[in-house]
Amino acid sequence: MDLILYEAQRQGRISFYMTNAGEEAYIGSAAALEPEDEIFGQYREAGTLLYRGFTLDQFMNQCYSNDMDLGKGRQMPVHYGSKALHFQTISSPLATQLPQASGAAYAIKRSGKKNCVMCYFGEGAASEGDFHAALNIAATTSCPVIFFCRNNGFAISTPANEQYKGDGIASRGVGYGMHTIRVDGNDVWAVYKATQEARKIAVEKHKPVLIEAMTYRVGHHSTSDDSSAYRSKKEVEDWKRHDNPMVRMRKWLESKGWWDEARENAHKATQRTAVLKSFAAAEKRKKPAVSEMFNDVYDKLTPNLIEQKKELEELIKKYPAHYDTSNYAKEN
Amino acid sequence: MAHWYASGSPPPAEGFLPGVANSQLIKHTHHDALRNPELAGVANGETKKMNTFQAINDAMSIALATDDTACVFGEDVGFGGVFRCTMGLAEMFGRDRVFNTPLSEQGIAGFGIGMAAMGSTAIAEIQFADYIFPAFDQIVNEAAKYRYRSGGEFNVGGLCIRTPCGAVGHGGHYHSQSPEAYFAHTPGIKVVVPRSPIQAKGLLLASIRDRNPTIFMEPKILYRAAVEMVPVGDYELPLGKAEILTQGKDLTIIGWGAQLYVLENAIQLAKIKMPGLSVELIDLRSILPWDVETVCNSVNKTGRLLIAHEAPKTQGFAAEIASTVMERCFLRLEAPIQRLCSFDTPFPLVFEKFHVPDMIRCAEGIERAMKF
Repeated sequence: MDLILYEAQRQGRISFYMTNAGEEAYIGSAAALEPEDEIFGQYREAGTLLYRGFTLDQFMNQCYSNDMDLGKGRQMPVHYGSKALHFQTISSPLATQLPQASGAAYAIKRSGKKNCVMCYFGEGAASEGDFHAALNIAATTSCPVIFFCRNNGFAISTPANEQYKGDGIASRGVGYGMHTIRVDGNDVWAVYKATQEARKIAVEKHKPVLIEAMTYRVGHHSTSDDSSAYRSKKEVEDWKRHDNPMVRMRKWLESKGWWDEARENAHKATQRTAVLKSFAAAEKRKKPAVSEMFNDVYDKLTPNLIEQKKELEELIKKYPAHYDTSNYAKEN
Repeated sequence: MAHWYASGSPPPAEGFLPGVANSQLIKHTHHDALRNPELAGVANGETKKMNTFQAINDAMSIALATDDTACVFGEDVGFGGVFRCTMGLAEMFGRDRVFNTPLSEQGIAGFGIGMAAMGSTAIAEIQFADYIFPAFDQIVNEAAKYRYRSGGEFNVGGLCIRTPCGAVGHGGHYHSQSPEAYFAHTPGIKVVVPRSPIQAKGLLLASIRDRNPTIFMEPKILYRAAVEMVPVGDYELPLGKAEILTQGKDLTIIGWGAQLYVLENAIQLAKIKMPGLSVELIDLRSILPWDVETVCNSVNKTGRLLIAHEAPKTQGFAAEIASTVMERCFLRLEAPIQRLCSFDTPFPLVFEKFHVPDMIRCAEGIERAMKF
């Protein structure tokens, strides 16, 4: 899915994309959660949503900003969200989701549900003030929340050694009086096990937990970035070869006799076909109705928005060639 | 947006702005560039072809070379910045003067304030104007009030915060905003928006050297799209001073940044319907403090005013201009002041072309003003 959407951006078919390559082991954290545990993501955790059952069509519809996009075409690609899957919609600003996760966890605790909140972020985002605010308030108000840091070594171009001087992100959890664990973020089982234990602490003891998963961002930051400007291709290739979560998982499965090259190839081919099918279908669909621009600013249209919507309708009527709406769905 | 969906290659991160290359507002030749009386100081010097990010880079290079206390810092500036504005500066001036910061906008702003409080020059970069809000407290409550609250004992005049702003065609909510009006509501800071490479260089040098904290908002769509013959020498353009781009007698039109190119096209379009229409086009340049005198003199002459900006209409900076003009030019106004702005919604990715005050909407506004 990453490969095809990345290429689609290079061909100008979608406007933007961010890959997950190198960090796929975070999927282990999704596996350790219950379906109703609420997720607050950053933007490089598409796998958790995939694990929860977000369909290929839903991914593609969002990236194509078409009329089936749950976000109604308003946000850039990879800004997924699904109420049904308990995955709060992604926003681009960094670390803003962390204190929100604390608040959400507090609400869950008060509701009496045996659930927790899972909050993902990167080591770069951990430099934001919101990170510190979030951990402290979660600790002081005893929130059932897991803060999951994907320490992938880079915040766009800035390497971790220019991001912090202390002992990673994990050491900060201790400072806030939180249970903290650092795991090999390229070992899916280590991530799974750590999350499982963290969840127990969060749900049963109503205490926040910080997990720092050490990994490596194999891809560029986004399609707007060319990482060869700040790191060597050899470094990236070495990581891909020597410590890649996909390779490690595959080797483990092969050693158990549960997987082999034939199955790998067959699986890849089936997945590729499914992704391409979904991709083609999403590309064909129209964009959401233009009127969707004005909805959801508030629960109901306010007088200024009603007036502006009318103004736009009249403009479109008067200049149909300039304001070509043929690629947009009709208003319901 | 169709122009890049169909193009077969990805859109550049800073977007396209068709029409800038052929704009009459762009100074294509050495002679053209130096005809400007504001550039009298460098009138005998050389010019060099630069786009906007190169002109900004050049301004910072001069600021660093002429002021030993000056430093440039922000997220990813060390390798040249995500828009290439700081390219080569770390190599030229050293990594203690041009450096990456941790990812923390409030930290960057506060750090700059501290440097400036000690008399140093701090040139801080916030990677996108959409991400400036964690720094809002530092800017609004600290930088803006530093001089006033200390009775003039201290000031942070050496602080300049650069930040890319504006629509690019595919930026959605968080890579498109123009938040100048939030900062224009804050006495104690200056807010500047350049329209072109020559303007960017001179206004940035002035903003860096001005003895007040300044927010310099760079319309990112112009980083590559606008190319001019830029004086290579050290020059400043005045803050707080608008520039009249075309003289006219029927209608005053005010814009800033990339919107000026939309207005230029809208004026051409309106002239097809209204031959002989004479428009006075003004680049406001400084949002705070703004040039009330130039604007009101113009409206007193033309009797009509149109203001256009990319930020949403309600509480946008056009509202401030309109009410001041109302106070000062009431008896001269012959038509309601027209405000052409984005609609009052968050910036919507796939509806961008319907959201912003484009050429058609601005041309309609011109017609409404003229036919009232």
